[in-house]
Amino acid sequence: MNNIPEVIRTIPLDYYLYFSAALFVIGVIGVLTRRNAIVIFMCVELMLNSVNLLLTAIASYRGDSSAQVFVFFIMAVAAAEVTVGLAIIVMTYRNIRSTDVQLLNYLKW
Amino acid sequence: MTSIILLSVFGIVNLFAGFAKNKQVLLPLVLVFLAIVFGVNLLDWNNTQTYFSNMLTIDNYAVAFTGIMTLTTLLLLPFSQKYISNNDANLGEYYSLLLFALVGAVMMVGYENLIMLFIGVEIMSIAMYVLAGSDKTSLRSNEAALKYFLMGSFFTGIMLFGIVLIYAATGTFNITEISAAQASALSEGLPDSIFVMGILILVIGISFKISAAPFHFWAPDVYEGTPTLFTAFMSTVVKTAGVAAFYKLMVAAFAASYAAWFPTLVAITVLTLVIGNIGAVIQTSFKRMMAYSSISHAGYMLMALIAFNESSDTAILFYSAAYSSASIAAFGVLKLVQDQRRSHLYEAFNGLGKTNPLLAFTMTVSMLSLGGIPLTAGFFGKFFVFSAVLANPDMLWLVVLAVVLAAVGIYYYLRVVIAMYMQPAANYDTIRVNSFSSFTLIVLTVLTILLGIAPALVSELL
Repeated sequence: MNNIPEVIRTIPLDYYLYFSAALFVIGVIGVLTRRNAIVIFMCVELMLNSVNLLLTAIASYRGDSSAQVFVFFIMAVAAAEVTVGLAIIVMTYRNIRSTDVQLLNYLKW
Repeated sequence: MTSIILLSVFGIVNLFAGFAKNKQVLLPLVLVFLAIVFGVNLLDWNNTQTYFSNMLTIDNYAVAFTGIMTLTTLLLLPFSQKYISNNDANLGEYYSLLLFALVGAVMMVGYENLIMLFIGVEIMSIAMYVLAGSDKTSLRSNEAALKYFLMGSFFTGIMLFGIVLIYAATGTFNITEISAAQASALSEGLPDSIFVMGILILVIGISFKISAAPFHFWAPDVYEGTPTLFTAFMSTVVKTAGVAAFYKLMVAAFAASYAAWFPTLVAITVLTLVIGNIGAVIQTSFKRMMAYSSISHAGYMLMALIAFNESSDTAILFYSAAYSSASIAAFGVLKLVQDQRRSHLYEAFNGLGKTNPLLAFTMTVSMLSLGGIPLTAGFFGKFFVFSAVLANPDMLWLVVLAVVLAAVGIYYYLRVVIAMYMQPAANYDTIRVNSFSSFTLIVLTVLTILLGIAPALVSELL
């Protein structure tokens, strides 16, 4: 287990950056194009996890624990967000029997 | 710091108090809690301390903004009386969530570390997502909550990506260390541009939270759908905390890279001012007009931020105090009118000058203050902002634009005044107002006028 940071260091740090950025952009595109609230929410989680990935990579690279701690904070906050978010989606589903965000257009201009 | 602990504990106590059979005790209880927090918070004045191994600094800046936000919440809650008689409303939870949101807001004005900024933003936002959807059977409230939640978590992700890019460039989350480290950015084969990209992405994330254009599109819908009491909280406390956090971030962390973010921020400010003021003109709903007006006020506060000199913090502090007191009064009157006349259009205010002179007068004073008429707090708010910007003569064009748009603002603010005093009402039903709400409205009016006559009360603080 001790050599995990060394294994991580065999790949240059900017590769992790580009990989995370690609995952992040996939998440952003998903949020902007999907119509189902749950899928949009999954794409948001993808964005958060791309950030987590980059943080862990940098933390191992530099041997800095503060980024690892931040990852745990992000996970905890994301869990709280999932709780609230799914509750809101369920509440909406009970009223309109759908999770399609385009059906919700009572508020305009 | 004590205010964070107290607010958290009081929030939990309030949650249990919600089980009480007699809902009447909840409002006095939460008001006493907030008064205690307000008093305890002031004890930290001129006594700067850092907590959590340098992650949180409670200095005068944090104490002043915490005081304003606590007082705003305190003056907002008396309008929640309608919920006491409503058995479907979970009053204990609403109050607790407001207290928890306030915890996040306090963390946002006192953070010393980007982790703390993120946690503060999230504590505040998650509580607000729930409150936006607190009217569970109303489709509009549902839609507001879903939109706020999806957009909010999306921009949280964007903000996080900005934070991690800044960390990748500088190797620290501490905002003072960031400003020291950026001169010698770590290379490790990373592209040089990631620091600037990180700043810009973080700016986008925070601009969303204060509903600055072009990231404002959620605000009118969410503000309209959310129950009025929580809209008031959203447009005052959340915005104050957001702007205060924004200013602190720029001063403490990114002052040295001023040239990198300044053009972006000027563009955001101009767009916010134009879209906020022009958007408000075409509204037929008073509540929706207030949403656009809150966008435009975010623009005025951002002007103080881009002035970026020693008078900026005073300008932001005074502006948020003036804006909060006027907004709370306006939303309070709106809530009282809306509870009875079941409408938040301008027509709902017809004839209010005859039936409820107090409500009409309070509304008039707060509209004049929001419009920036002299002898009200809003005038000095704009005055401090504009004079801060004018310290840099090159920005004269921005002040001219803002003054022109403030004149546009007077048009839509006075529409409701005209409706109240000049339009005949269909039926002259008097709005029932209990004495506690009336007292709060009088306090808010006095505050607005007092700050307009003696602005030194707040402007000499920082």
